[in-house]
Amino acid sequence: MLPLVAQRVALGLLTLLAVSVLVFAGTEILPGDVATAILGQSATPEAVEAIRRSLGLEEPAALRYWHWLAGFLHGDLGNSLANGRPIIEQLDFRLKNTLFLASAAASVAVPLSVGLGILAAINQNGSFDRIVNIVSLSAISLPEFFIGYVLILLLAVKLDWFPSLSAISPEMSFGERLYDIALPAATLTLVVLAHMMRMTRAAIIGVMSHPFIEMAFLKGLPRWRIIVQHALPNALAPIINVVAINLAYLVVGVIVVEVVFVYPGIGQLMVDAVSKRDVPVVQACGLIFAGTYVGLNLLADILAILSNPLLRVPK
Amino acid sequence: MAEWDYLKTALAAGRIGRREFMSRAAALGVSAALADSVLAGAAFAAETPKKGGHLILGLNGAASGDSLDPATYTATFAQVLGQQLYNTLTEVDEKVKVQPALAESWEGKPGAKEWIFKLRKGVTFHNGKTLTAADVVYSLNHHRAKDSKSAAKALLASISEIKASAPDEVTITLESGNADMPYIVADYHLGIGPEGTKFDGVGTGCYILESFEPGVRARTKINPNKWRSDRGFVESVETLAINDTTARVNALISGSAHLINRVDPKTVGLLKNNKKVVVHEIAGAAHYTFPMRCDMAPFDNKDFRLAMKYAIDREAIVKTVLLGHGKVGNDQPIATFDPYYAADIPQYKFDPDKAKFHLKKSGFSGQVVLTVSDGAFTGAVDAAQLFQASAGKAGITLLIDRVPADGYWDNVWLKKPFCASYWDGRPTADQMLTVVYKSDAPWNESFWKRPDFDKLLIEARAELDPAKRKQMYHDLELMIHDDSGNIIPMFNNTIDAGASKVKGFVPTPTLQMSGYRATEKVWLEA
Repeated sequence: MLPLVAQRVALGLLTLLAVSVLVFAGTEILPGDVATAILGQSATPEAVEAIRRSLGLEEPAALRYWHWLAGFLHGDLGNSLANGRPIIEQLDFRLKNTLFLASAAASVAVPLSVGLGILAAINQNGSFDRIVNIVSLSAISLPEFFIGYVLILLLAVKLDWFPSLSAISPEMSFGERLYDIALPAATLTLVVLAHMMRMTRAAIIGVMSHPFIEMAFLKGLPRWRIIVQHALPNALAPIINVVAINLAYLVVGVIVVEVVFVYPGIGQLMVDAVSKRDVPVVQACGLIFAGTYVGLNLLADILAILSNPLLRVPK
Repeated sequence: MAEWDYLKTALAAGRIGRREFMSRAAALGVSAALADSVLAGAAFAAETPKKGGHLILGLNGAASGDSLDPATYTATFAQVLGQQLYNTLTEVDEKVKVQPALAESWEGKPGAKEWIFKLRKGVTFHNGKTLTAADVVYSLNHHRAKDSKSAAKALLASISEIKASAPDEVTITLESGNADMPYIVADYHLGIGPEGTKFDGVGTGCYILESFEPGVRARTKINPNKWRSDRGFVESVETLAINDTTARVNALISGSAHLINRVDPKTVGLLKNNKKVVVHEIAGAAHYTFPMRCDMAPFDNKDFRLAMKYAIDREAIVKTVLLGHGKVGNDQPIATFDPYYAADIPQYKFDPDKAKFHLKKSGFSGQVVLTVSDGAFTGAVDAAQLFQASAGKAGITLLIDRVPADGYWDNVWLKKPFCASYWDGRPTADQMLTVVYKSDAPWNESFWKRPDFDKLLIEARAELDPAKRKQMYHDLELMIHDDSGNIIPMFNNTIDAGASKVKGFVPTPTLQMSGYRATEKVWLEA
């Protein structure tokens, strides 16, 4: 099993390297550079030239990429081109916020969706199954900003239960922060619920047609016990995979929710950096996003291996 | 006039103050005599500013790349935060008149080539250092250096020397006379910091920086040694970055922010019905433009330019794009509140017959392409489509090339023959004309070059006799109106909004958020 894991890790690192080249190439073909983006409409040729010189933008792209990658491997992410502050300082605070929101949303969404999926499978084609499906599919069909605005309108503006802004800061207590992110966490939960719930249900129902399940029925076991004890453990691999994808989405795909709730997360940092052509920041964010995907997929693979005795035992 | 009725009700209910009432009535074009009589009729309690409290501002234009250096300010968040921390030599007030700030008084030598600014005594920076002329010289030169990245560099280009002529006196010498020098040093980029520092937030402003997370928020607290007693009432301030328009309005309604900028005209009506909220709207100097490049065919033909000017339905654009929150433009950039506004220039109206006449005279019969993006101004694409429809009626085939907002200023503006652009107000007519219409201006977006215009502009700048000067600006505006390649369909209103417990907010026509200085002007009622 160890060689299998080592192979996955090596492949993951290779993917990250490829991603860093792609991100760099992508930022290179964007029109304009940081100098013109900083100045916007106020750009004069001499001001642009002055910024280019002071940022070292006249070096060839390949050389700049190499310097950056070498620095990254030494743990130095460099300084932001736009305001000269160390990137690590900006990233630290925002990455923690993003992870905080993602974990809060995940700790509600994952148990809830897997639980609902199991209940729906037990209740297959019953009224509970139908209602859960309709509600969660409606939620996933609506754009995130719409769900966000509806929650703000009802729970912040009309009822005044929660704040409409989630601009948390480090000096707030854990409880205050949790209260402040109630609405964005609820929005994210509604967005990811359907995917995980339906996959859980489908995976379990898929396993239900196997002979060993039929055997369990013939033994006279109740349906809920068959599902929880016999079907679920065999349906874990696809469920783990879909949970991993949704967890990654909670980290990297929440830019819209960040904007609606004014949440200081990493998505906003990346968007700002792209519009300012702040390549080092884009690269750092891009690599963190890629790292999140690769890491969570790796974890999902390993967990899937562990959950499958056939793969667990070496041949 | 619904707006006028609203003003009167707001005044009677005590939701707006005397000064605000007068300035907004003036902005609506109501005569001072009438406004005065309404004021006299309203039972009016004198407003005494209350000290203390925590003020939360919700502003757009924030990015994670923002810095505290005034040379880098380009958008509202940094501009308003900067004015909490720094002062300029002079300030422009709500009536667009220049007022003393760090300079107590000033004097222009005949010919307006040499200006002497006397500094206020006993002003200290947040770090305890006393303000001297050397700090002013250092701070102004920050923008003039050869490798300066400052957007104010062009503004100071005509300066040949800045020197400390005494410990509390700064002398600025110009290459050619400029009667508006006291207005120029009021520019929000020209904040004064202590000599030798890197402009990291230490200034002489009413508020001291406590923390700054770019693109998220800044916290400031009252400066115990502030030099002015007529400003700085709230105890602490939180400036929050809320770039999303809907989120800003939500924050205001739910009480998470006390003052917000740039309200969407679509929501103004709803906000006015909310008793906890006051909308601060004022006709401004900001305007939107469609520059046609006079150095490229077919726009190098004056008749074709005139055909375009008659082929745009300005009224329809103001009604649809601005929802009435603005005024029709007349292809010259000086706003009605400006003392040098030339009121007698005939207003361009949508006139398909005149457009056809000039089109025929120009001899051009092809298509023209208008390159637009909503990055130029909000509603630019809609305005272009309305233009397309009205031009069609005048026999002009206008094609719209819609491009992304990203990179717009870099790839389209000043490059394509015909595009969309915008200008914020400038405090003086000279600045507006110099920045966009002088032949050698780097931002001469219509590439309109007229040596006689440049000559008159430079003469007007040094003219100290107001009557003569007014006539000169009249002639300059007329030249632009008749001949330049800039179509100016509209002037947009500045719309801010605040909680009704925020008092003392007076909108100014030139800039948002009461000239970016709302923070130190307002106070919170219990």
